[in-house]
Order: sequence, then C-alpha cells, then structure tokens
Amino acid sequence: MSTVKNTREEIVEGLSEILEEVAGVDPKEATEDKSFTEELDVDSLSMVEVVVAAEERFGVKIPDDDVQSLKTVGDAVSYIEKAQG
Amino acid sequence: MTDVVVTGLGATTPLGGDVPSTWRALLDGVSGVGALTQEWAAELPVRIAAQLAVDPGEKIPRVRQRRLDRSEQIALIAATEAFADAGMADAALDPERLGVCFGSGIGGAITLLEQDDILEEKGPRRVSPHTVPMLMPNGPAAWVGLELGAKAGVHAPTSACATSSEALAWGLDMIKSGRADVVVAGGAEAVVHPLPIAGFASMKAMSTRNDDPTRASRPWDRNRDGFVLGEGAGAVVLERADHAAARGARVYARLAGAGMTSDAFDIVQPDPDGGIRAMRMAMRLADVAATDIGHVNAHATSTPVGDMGEVRGISEAVGTHPVLTSTKSMTGHLLGAAGAVESIAVIMALYEGVIPPTINLDEPDDALNLDVAAHTARKAELTAAMNNSFGFGGHNVSLVFTKS
Repeated sequence: MSTVKNTREEIVEGLSEILEEVAGVDPKEATEDKSFTEELDVDSLSMVEVVVAAEERFGVKIPDDDVQSLKTVGDAVSYIEKAQG
Repeated sequence: MTDVVVTGLGATTPLGGDVPSTWRALLDGVSGVGALTQEWAAELPVRIAAQLAVDPGEKIPRVRQRRLDRSEQIALIAATEAFADAGMADAALDPERLGVCFGSGIGGAITLLEQDDILEEKGPRRVSPHTVPMLMPNGPAAWVGLELGAKAGVHAPTSACATSSEALAWGLDMIKSGRADVVVAGGAEAVVHPLPIAGFASMKAMSTRNDDPTRASRPWDRNRDGFVLGEGAGAVVLERADHAAARGARVYARLAGAGMTSDAFDIVQPDPDGGIRAMRMAMRLADVAATDIGHVNAHATSTPVGDMGEVRGISEAVGTHPVLTSTKSMTGHLLGAAGAVESIAVIMALYEGVIPPTINLDEPDDALNLDVAAHTARKAELTAAMNNSFGFGGHNVSLVFTKS
C-alpha cells in the first residue's frame, strides 16, 4: 500500500519522535534494543496511539493482532520496513 | 458527635491560579470575564466568558495533558494545592481513611466534542484511546483519588450547578459516618466551547453583553440579563476535628452542616420552596440559629428570575439580617465548580473576617430587601455563614460553616 520507502534509520527517528510526542520518551532513549513497555514505560493505551501515529507516518497498516509481537523499537522498525515492501 | 473542619484549600479560577491570588482578586473586586477572541466564537450570540487566569499547562506537563480532559487537569491542580495546604505531605495519612468527593457538572465535554470531530474527519481508528477516561464524569474524582492515593472511596456527585456543594455535603457525611478521616471535596468545570455556550444561549440563560464583558455578570442589578460562563476548579480538605487537632493542623473553619433537597417541580425552573428547605435543613443539622448566620454567599447567577427568588428564600429561611454577596459577579458561573469555589470564599470570609464584594451592582433591583456587600469588600466579624448552590434538575444544597 505504501509508495514511500524509509531507511531503517529514518524509521527509528520517526518512531522516537512519535514516542516523545505521545509518551514523553526522551528521543535518546528510544533505541532499537529498548522494550516499549518495560524500558520505555509506554502503557497499553499509549501503545495504541504510537501504532496509529506510526501507520499514518509510514503509510503502513499494523493490525492489532500483530501489535503484540512488537516488543522492542527494533521489532517495530523491522515490521514497518517489511510492510513498506 | 463528630466535628468536621476545613484544613486545606485549593483552586484555579478566572481570577488566579491558586487560592491566595483568587482570594486577593475577589477582595479587590476584579472581574474575570473577558471577550472570547477564538475564531469559533465569532458566530455565537454570546462572545464572553470567564476563562482561567493561568493556563493549566503551567502545572501539568505536556504528555500528561494528552491524557487528561481540561476539567481533570484543573481538578488535579486544585486538589493538590488543597492537600499541600493542609500539610498532608507530613501527615502520615492512612490511605484507607482518605476519601475523595469530586464532581463536575458536565464532565469531559471538550474531549467528547474534539474526538467527535476526529471521528467525523479521520475515522474511528484515529479516536484517542484515552477518550473514555477523559470524558467520563467521574474522571476528575478518579484522577484526584489516584494522585492522592485515596482508598476510602472516590465519589463523583453530579447535580449541575450544585455539584461541588453536594460534593462537600457528601464528604461531610463520609467523615460523620466513620468511613473516612479526611476527604478531599470539590469540583471542576471546563466547558468553554461553542456547543455548551450555544446550548445555554438557546435557553436564553446567558448574558449577551458582548461589548462590555467585565460588567456582564451583575447579580441583583436591575439591568442583569443572564449568567456568564466560567471555568475553574475548587477543592477543600475536610477533616475530622480530633484528627486535625492531633496533628496540629491549621483550621480555617468548621463545616457545621449541609442541607440537601430536591424540588420535584421542573427540570430547569427552580421552586423557591426547595432552596428554603435546604437552608433550614443546613441550619438545623449544623445546630446554628438563623440569627447567627451573618453572611450568605448566594447562588445568585445574574439571571432575571433566579436572583430575586433566592433573595425571597433567604429572607424567609434565614431573615433579612445576613450580608449577601455573589462571587459570580467576578468569577462568572463556574457550574460544577461554583459550590466549591464559593465555599472557599465563605471559609476565607470567616477566617479573615471580610466579605468579598458583589461587583456591578449599580442599580439594585427594586425588590432587593437585603444588605449586599456591593462594590467593595466588607469587614465583618462572623461566627457562622452560609453558601447556597442550586442546580438544573431541582437540586438545592446549602452549607453552613462556622468560625473555628
């Protein structure tokens, strides 16, 4: 569905901006190895906001069933990269 | 008999971001009413309101604001000020003995309306997952309970413009019935938005003095033409008197009694008898004689009919001796927060011996037979004072405070 293709670096940067906006995560903390819930303290409602904002920004669909498998920022980056084709 | 006292006060209002600044402005007779300059106001018949003097964003961080309706933000600001003012940080309070009674007249209307815009424009998936806890009418109470760690029960009475006086009344009952030692009670309202304004304006309940905002709220004046919408929050810490004494707390006043009645008459028109019965009940339960009530902070919203109906009720239930005032002449009508903010005015009047003025009372209504503290604050050594709040739905609450 996407006509855009972002680099891995661009996706990390975009996600870190979303995380700061939605959950107040320090952009320096939002690295690929970090877990959303345990290390970045993103609660379940805020995670919904992160997913919706990421869909809008990267032009992808992230079905609810897949969200549970996205434990770390890196998981989300890989998912978005793949979804963008 | 369990005595209940007031040990902490908190508020954010059109006159100031806390109690000291609000109280100072009340005594100085400052109007918090101004023009609505937002684009959405241009087409409305009413283009004035009493908006908060201090933006809640100064105290609530940006990310937290995303999860809190404006009414919830100001509830937290008022409640935390009251809690700190009561010295609760050092009080080693048992959470299971701490309760909350905190209401809102309308609830998270701004959230509801903003999220509805998103639903219409972008579809359901874009609606915020925080929507429901932001718009639920118990939201302000629940957030206050979370913030303060209250485990004795969190309650959210809702009775339109009587809401937060009712919250104080139920808080008093919580302590008297032995369910709590300390209750943070109050109310918050933030609905300065075109829909509620249009709704009230359609009822012809609001002042349309758009060209003269600071003179629009003028209770008992011959030229009054309706209320002015305001936004704000007020909170008081109610505490069992012996609990307060044991920790050496400062006591502002005693909440001696609360009267609550319902009209069973009309959904919006008041039945004066309901207010009279509430005032009598409050004095009876407070064990205070009518002759001892030196001051009444009236509901007086600046509407043509309501203001004089209440005066007749006060004359009958209390007498013609109390000095009246209407703080709504300065704050506008804070709806669900009015009762708490006006209770704070009564408590401070008792504590400092000075009654805030009613501004804009230039030409008193011919039928006004009671003494009003018009234009300037009035020194008065008070032993007991009353606060009245009446709400759409026929809810009447009258609170009697005494000097401690």
